[in-house]
Amino acid sequence: MEFYQRDRTLQPAGYTPIYKTSVARSPRQSLLSLQGSLSEVTGPVFGQNELGPLDNDLIRNYAKDGDPIGERIIVHGRVLDENNRPVPNTLVEFWQANAGGRYRHKKDTYLAPIDPNFGGCGRALTDENGYYFFRTIKPGPYPWRNYVNSWRPAHIHFSVFGSGFAQRLITQMYFEGDPLIKECPIVHVIPDEDAINRLIAPIDLNGSVPLDTIAYKFDIVLRGRRSTLFENRLEGN
Amino acid sequence: MVQSLDYLKETASQTAGPYVHIGLIPKQAGFDIFENNFTNILADENTRGERIIVEGRVIDGTGTPLRDALLEIWQANADGRYNHELDRQKSGKVDEGFRGWGRTGTDFDTAVYRFETIKPGVVSGRNNRDMAPHINFWIVARGINIGLNTRMYFADEADKNANDPVLNLIEQHERRKTLIASLDDSGPLPVYRFDIVLQGENETVFFDV
Repeated sequence: MEFYQRDRTLQPAGYTPIYKTSVARSPRQSLLSLQGSLSEVTGPVFGQNELGPLDNDLIRNYAKDGDPIGERIIVHGRVLDENNRPVPNTLVEFWQANAGGRYRHKKDTYLAPIDPNFGGCGRALTDENGYYFFRTIKPGPYPWRNYVNSWRPAHIHFSVFGSGFAQRLITQMYFEGDPLIKECPIVHVIPDEDAINRLIAPIDLNGSVPLDTIAYKFDIVLRGRRSTLFENRLEGN
Repeated sequence: MVQSLDYLKETASQTAGPYVHIGLIPKQAGFDIFENNFTNILADENTRGERIIVEGRVIDGTGTPLRDALLEIWQANADGRYNHELDRQKSGKVDEGFRGWGRTGTDFDTAVYRFETIKPGVVSGRNNRDMAPHINFWIVARGINIGLNTRMYFADEADKNANDPVLNLIEQHERRKTLIASLDDSGPLPVYRFDIVLQGENETVFFDV
């Protein structure tokens, strides 16, 4: 079944001069609207057997001689579609800076130190209810070259597949109460205030482990599929 | 007043950023963390079909190739079947060992990306019109706010390309060639070269899928 048309009023444009790098990397021609065919409505399928037991535990999956420095957090939520149905068995990947705002990446030269016990990436498959969870430490904010004094709010990057390649999505999760959110050019490429707010995860005390780890809840919504298909067959015989 | 539509809203996209490699291809970021890594090699020894290499660059509006782009491809197998439950085509069969998906980054030094795969077959398109063999691309990077979708077609399939329902949607004939990879068959494996131009002259056709 094909997907609902993407609502571009809720999505950033390609060309957004407040985020300077987008200027040379955005198409100038219009995107060509394409009705779904099998090439768009299908997509890769992943299995639990492809993941390791610590893949969703960033506190332990790169630990060498102790736990990483930082606030211990759980991030959990559901992957849903626009029809409010769970997206089960879909791959969710996440990556982030350490507590000091430094990525374990050969191109990151920020002066905050690498944490020897923190890799900064993980992945999970949603269960039959679309639910995922992982444990990590809260990432720190960091400076970046947009304006000379630009700082990214603390964030975790998310990559989600869904069940068709046209649902493929990368986004970033922000943390409730972070004063840098309102200053961030990357956040504000999104033209809709409610859509921005949907990227901000609230603290979820019910999801926390008392005296141990505090939780943030982050739901992700992918495009919905049409449930009726009377005409316009996607494929022949 | 009327009833309210209770659809949810799609989550907004954000750039994959300069450090996308950490999350999706950590070996390129410079470290080893997962036992099982997703790669740019799609076919194994049991996969049916013609082995091919697909390589190219992603070029920005100043003509500079991106060294930090991440690309994913999704394709049918040699029979033109996708390894997915919604592919109910009656012809051909699924190749169990062939997922049809791969990912890679453009190289930090050479700016070239490369996939090792098999050439896909013809897939039935909307309203019974066959789609020429093609590979679906999705490109993200720092500076790209929302992933870009395009398709690569094969230069040695000129007749099928001429009848492809998607290529024929492109109003400016001149732009259709931006989706057609050239073939270099001088080496041991055929190499299809597919450069993706984000902006400007010869800008690749991208789709709102």
